[in-house]
Amino acid sequence: MTPHPDALSPARRVYLKTKRRRNRLVLGCQLGFLIAFFVVWELAAQLGWIDSFILSQPSRIWDTMTGLASNALPMHIGVTVYETLAGFSLGAFIGLGVSILLWWSPFIARVAEPYLVVLNSLPKIALGPVIILIAGAGARAIIFMALAISLIVTVLEMLAGFVHTDPEYIKMARTFGATRAQIFCKVVFPANLSTLFNSLKINIGLSLVGVIAGEFLVSKAGLGYLIVYGGQVFQLDLVMTSVLILSVVAALMYEAVALLQKAVERRFGGQKTH
Amino acid sequence: MALLQVEDVGQIYQAENGEVIAFEHISFSVEQGEFISIVGPSGCGKSTLLSVISGLLPATSGRVLLEGREVSGISPHIGYMLQRDDLLEWRTIWHNVLFGLEIRHEKTPETVARAQALLETYGLAEFRDKYPRQLSGGMRQRASLIRTLAAGPEILLLDEAFSALDYQTRLSVTDDVYGILKREGVTVLMVTHDIPESISMGDRVLILSARPACVREILNIEFGAERSPLSCRSDPRFSQYFDHIWRELKSDDTAS
Repeated sequence: MTPHPDALSPARRVYLKTKRRRNRLVLGCQLGFLIAFFVVWELAAQLGWIDSFILSQPSRIWDTMTGLASNALPMHIGVTVYETLAGFSLGAFIGLGVSILLWWSPFIARVAEPYLVVLNSLPKIALGPVIILIAGAGARAIIFMALAISLIVTVLEMLAGFVHTDPEYIKMARTFGATRAQIFCKVVFPANLSTLFNSLKINIGLSLVGVIAGEFLVSKAGLGYLIVYGGQVFQLDLVMTSVLILSVVAALMYEAVALLQKAVERRFGGQKTH
Repeated sequence: MALLQVEDVGQIYQAENGEVIAFEHISFSVEQGEFISIVGPSGCGKSTLLSVISGLLPATSGRVLLEGREVSGISPHIGYMLQRDDLLEWRTIWHNVLFGLEIRHEKTPETVARAQALLETYGLAEFRDKYPRQLSGGMRQRASLIRTLAAGPEILLLDEAFSALDYQTRLSVTDDVYGILKREGVTVLMVTHDIPESISMGDRVLILSARPACVREILNIEFGAERSPLSCRSDPRFSQYFDHIWRELKSDDTAS
């Protein structure tokens, strides 16, 4: 609902114009920085300021990318995305389930607390060899690793959200005789939709960390495999290409979660009054 | 027979550093259609008393009878309104109003129609599909009241229900709510720390002593049938009642 431009006061028009200009400027600077980065990189490599064998250069990355695109690159991206999404969804569902259980029973939550604290600070990659022995050296071990990294964070984050639900809301529901299940479904869970999405946003990144770490350990395919392989055969172009693609993949997955959040909030009117 | 009877009710709660007696030997009864205000020094357990009457909190001693039956657990005949409106931000006004019916699995065509009628009667029909954040404080409080009334309570407990509002809104909201409650014929028990509010709305004012609280006096307020919370504030008897309650509450300070 935008009013007709004529209806705007001159001061308002100036304000809107300044705001639009500022937004364009920010976007321009962001893009400009990116382009300048690649241009300087390419020039530095061409002019011999940096060793392009170690640090690669944009034109060689481009060649590698197009060369790979014809054969294996889509497969490698697909493997990494699949493993990440699998670890992410498992982490989200199991994490949500565990946090609901812990909310439900404060007793279990108190018993579990020290274990959660230790598991949270433990670098899960240290469990790598054990995970490989249990799950076998393949995609399952990698998904397991992604799950291990994202699970505890989800549990802690969701539980904190559930526990800190406005006690007045809960009391209000109780005055109508709400059962614990009703309190959860109608008050606690809807009140924590934004907590859930914040935790999902952190998780998609963490799952990717787990997947890449897993692929480093048991590499057969995937972007992590390409990076390790490239490093071993001194094909640094391959390493740089994979890292670049990885950052794009990570950004796209994060955006996907953010879009999902917007859709859900529109559907349930869940925007908070901050 | 009285609608609500409170018989020798006491409440002791266990704190980390010992037992605290909130109140003891509290007895009074409420007739159908009456409006009773409860005042007392701060910290005397007024709100706890309401929680006990509502069944939210089991009494340590004594009992509460509603229409002759002992209250145990949350009773569907009792409505309870808290200080804040507690409208759920992610629900529209309409879905907030239906919340109580939903919880009790009482969403039938009749009850829904009743809720709709309440919205229309009390001027909230046009805000039906708005979210709570789009309403003013007074409107929100009214929506919260309708949510409580939609569940069809026979007796309504108000726990400092207006103290979160600013003074001006509060005066008009009390007038508004009072009118609604009288028209709906609801029996009300209201806890407040505001002496003028207790006089302006109550048919009787129950004065509690400091902790451990007991009933110090039950004061009859007589302004006649045509009263409204705003109009009776200018009645000459208003300040007499005020002085009386003030002295009663004050005598606790000097005694302890």
